[in-house]
Amino acid sequence: MALDEVKIGGLGASRRRVEDNRFIRGKGNYVDDVVLPGMLHMEILRSPLAHARIKSIDTSAAYAIPGVRMVMTGEMMAARNLAWMPTLSYDTQAVLATDKVRFQGQEVCAVIADDPYIARDGVEAIVVDYEPLPPIVNPTQAMADDAVLIRDDKVNQNDNVIFDWEVGDRESTDRAFAEADTISEIDLHYPRSHPSPIEACGSIADYDRSTSKLTVYMTSQAPHIVRAAVSMVAEIPEHMIRIIAPDLGGGFGNKVPVYPGYVISILASILLEKPVKWIEDKTGNLISTGFGRDVYLKGKLALRKDGKILGVRMDTVSDHGAFFSDAQPSKFKIGLIHSAFACYDIPTAYLTNRGVYTNKAPGGVAYRCSFRVTEAMFFQERMVQAAADDLGMDQAEFRRVNLVKDDDFPKRTPFGFLTDSGQYEKCLQIGLDAIDYDTFKEQKAEAAKRGRLLGIGISTMTEPLGAGNSREYDILGIKMFDSAELRVHMTGKAILRTGAKTQGQGHETTWAQIVAHELGIPAEDIVVEEGDTDTAPFGMGTYASRSTPVAGAAVSMVSRKIRAKARKIAAHLLEVSDEDIEWELGRFYVRGAQDRGVTIQECAMAAYSNVPDGMEPGLENNAYYDPPNLTWPFACYISTVEVDPLTGVWDVIRMVAVDDCGVRINPMIVEGQIMGGLTEAYAMANMQFITFDEDGNCIGSNYMDYLLPTAWETPGFELHEVVTPCPHHPIGAKGIGECATVGGPAAFVNAVMDALKDIGVRNIDMPLLPDRVYEAIQTGQDVSGHPPVKNR
Amino acid sequence: MTSLFEELQPAAAAEVQTTRVDIKINGEYKAAQIEPRLLLAHLIRNGFRLTGTHTGCDTTNCGACTVLMDGAPVKSCTVFAVQANGHEVTTVEGLATASELHPIQEGFKDEHGLQCGFCTPGMMMSAKALLDENLNPTEDEVRWALSGNLCRCTGYQNIVKAVLWAAAKMRGEAPPTFGAPADDSADEIADDSAEQPEERSDEAAIADDSAGGEG
Repeated sequence: MALDEVKIGGLGASRRRVEDNRFIRGKGNYVDDVVLPGMLHMEILRSPLAHARIKSIDTSAAYAIPGVRMVMTGEMMAARNLAWMPTLSYDTQAVLATDKVRFQGQEVCAVIADDPYIARDGVEAIVVDYEPLPPIVNPTQAMADDAVLIRDDKVNQNDNVIFDWEVGDRESTDRAFAEADTISEIDLHYPRSHPSPIEACGSIADYDRSTSKLTVYMTSQAPHIVRAAVSMVAEIPEHMIRIIAPDLGGGFGNKVPVYPGYVISILASILLEKPVKWIEDKTGNLISTGFGRDVYLKGKLALRKDGKILGVRMDTVSDHGAFFSDAQPSKFKIGLIHSAFACYDIPTAYLTNRGVYTNKAPGGVAYRCSFRVTEAMFFQERMVQAAADDLGMDQAEFRRVNLVKDDDFPKRTPFGFLTDSGQYEKCLQIGLDAIDYDTFKEQKAEAAKRGRLLGIGISTMTEPLGAGNSREYDILGIKMFDSAELRVHMTGKAILRTGAKTQGQGHETTWAQIVAHELGIPAEDIVVEEGDTDTAPFGMGTYASRSTPVAGAAVSMVSRKIRAKARKIAAHLLEVSDEDIEWELGRFYVRGAQDRGVTIQECAMAAYSNVPDGMEPGLENNAYYDPPNLTWPFACYISTVEVDPLTGVWDVIRMVAVDDCGVRINPMIVEGQIMGGLTEAYAMANMQFITFDEDGNCIGSNYMDYLLPTAWETPGFELHEVVTPCPHHPIGAKGIGECATVGGPAAFVNAVMDALKDIGVRNIDMPLLPDRVYEAIQTGQDVSGHPPVKNR
Repeated sequence: MTSLFEELQPAAAAEVQTTRVDIKINGEYKAAQIEPRLLLAHLIRNGFRLTGTHTGCDTTNCGACTVLMDGAPVKSCTVFAVQANGHEVTTVEGLATASELHPIQEGFKDEHGLQCGFCTPGMMMSAKALLDENLNPTEDEVRWALSGNLCRCTGYQNIVKAVLWAAAKMRGEAPPTFGAPADDSADEIADDSAEQPEERSDEAAIADDSAGGEG
């Protein structure tokens, strides 16, 4: 009898998480929890100015403080050729400033001391003399003729433009616009935001002279990439570097790049021959590490009278800050922004992007998204709603006219991606039914009686998750495949390691479920480890919703390799040929004699005690998985909001989410991911952003200014599902962690705009703060949110 | 006696003015010789080596450092350790006994009230302060009581469920079963008496192996 898959914690089981056992007891092991003998502590002095020349640095008062061991400056780094480091986007980034500071919060000095309090005293005692330069805080300023050159360190850099990039077919798109009945236009800004995991970044570097080995505990979502980067930057042989990413207190893309703090702590440990711990504070995290978004759009849709979209034109400008250190696949300068409109059947499209330097923090990361798809889908769904309004069409009907039909797959998107499956209209319909779309007019009239403006907003999208196939996806040439290694012990228990790195997604629970599904070994008999480069197989880490599509597929494939070997062992034990062996969950049996069988555990024991002649003993293997395509989850998010015209405050009345992420490994965890994603979507629509005043001061440098929703503000969410298995993934799964963050913001913003439609307001830039909404209601005009803003 | 400055060089140690604090922490009496400016969070973490209390923001906003001082929730990153002198402090490590989890801990696990786990200790301590006062809170009361604790992973919905689950259990009732299907796989939730549905929801589709095939 085959096992009950759910009972053994296989696919589809809402298995409670094994990692929780330590977290709920306060026994997690985060970087700051690690203490090494003789460990010193490091603090960073950051620039108070956004743009300034460094005239002098005086560290003598810091050195005079007892307990200060070393003060590191750009000059010291330069002497070791470490003042600058290469970025993941073929640029350079200052580790400690030498010539100029280029954004507020840039690393200027580091103090290493016996104790973190003393290190902080040391930072306070350093005197830096700056000569202020004009700061640039938006692309318009950056591209002005008389703009000051930010990157005067670079040879041949004569302006503040980093790159120009284009994709799509310009000529055919121009033709589509010439033939259109109507052209709908909208200008949008997706404001700068910060992933802001509650745990900031940090590292403990431990260089051991006696073994020449460098061990670094680090908040990294991609420890193997860090190992390679450190090897190249610090010229330490790769086998002498061990990166350990222990428990991570959230990541959301923020913990992908290599930050100056890590590099400085490594050099400090080498120089002092002691472990050096650097724990970033919240302000340091918010003002200097990887941000998300900050893209401007001029968008146009060519429309036929009946609502059919004939062509798309998107002209975008992206603000990358002082260094181009985006963590994106190297082939795509602006991530996967050209995944826009992938769910719609549109003949032609053309997109341009210009990237510019500004005096703002560097490090455009995939903030809970698959490389700029968040901007793509927000722009797409705002353009779609504006177009429906321009045509006077119902917004659901407008989408229905344009959505790709179920039998049109495989289907090229307007910018050339290949989508492979989906049930888009079904998904939309479930959402519409759930929110009682047909009765919306009555709901709106009822709200109007109470003086409230009711609006409904829809967002439908499919996004490319799981970078990715090695033809197209690499970072600095390293292909974006992933890996798994499985060792089955003689008693049938197992250890699984992958090249991914969990940071809350629950890999320790779900990877074991995939093995249970493939081998019938109960999930509780499988321990999962990740994050230690000395033990885990090489992988590109966890971000861009790539764990399940890539590493998760590798888990399946390695399990199947183990099963193939176990089958041979089973044939040997049952004394029949391989071809006469059948498999059911957890057990091989002889075809036609189902009671004659051996369990996977019996095969495991035989692998160590009774292998057939000529067979290698043991039951271990690994798999490197290069996916044939991205996975394409689809979602429909629909929100109703009520705006109070007297205050500009808006409340979410309902938020319905219909997600199709294919086969759900652990439905409980999938729903947890969706709710978390929806909350970040709500945050971006409602309150959360990083902006700058005209002096380049970062507004949003701490949690008093950078607003995150609490349990009190966060609305309730209603979740629904459609299951279209991914046709190429071994278990039919797709990415899910980021869908709601990607598709969610447009649903909220579209709902508020729908509420304000009758007063002629077409756009308010995110976040839709009450003062912006109030201003729009009072003036009947659109409200822009571009920096600089007035300092409060 | 815990001295936080045992690893300081003699010169540094000589500079530092210290004072003695006596704190009852998780039922044990402890004393420490500390610098007066030392924050309670750092004494708990670095002095007492109880690292379940996390520091997230340094500005009293995120609540990852929440502990109970004489039963009331405080954010230990903005309490001086000397202010805790003579007081009783409970941290996340004080919730469970050796053999038994606190119902709040069980609730967080059962209702998937955590993901990365970083905010969880503070979240659970705020929940404990609420339930110690009010064993029958409404959803709004739970949300309000937790509004000083930030979570970036969960969206709070499951945290609220976890606290309501714990409240029911502490009242002696069968904890409610919310949306997520019960876990049928063998596991180590301490309480077996919790009523859980026998059948898993049909929606949790089992994968069709033919989706990808072997290869």
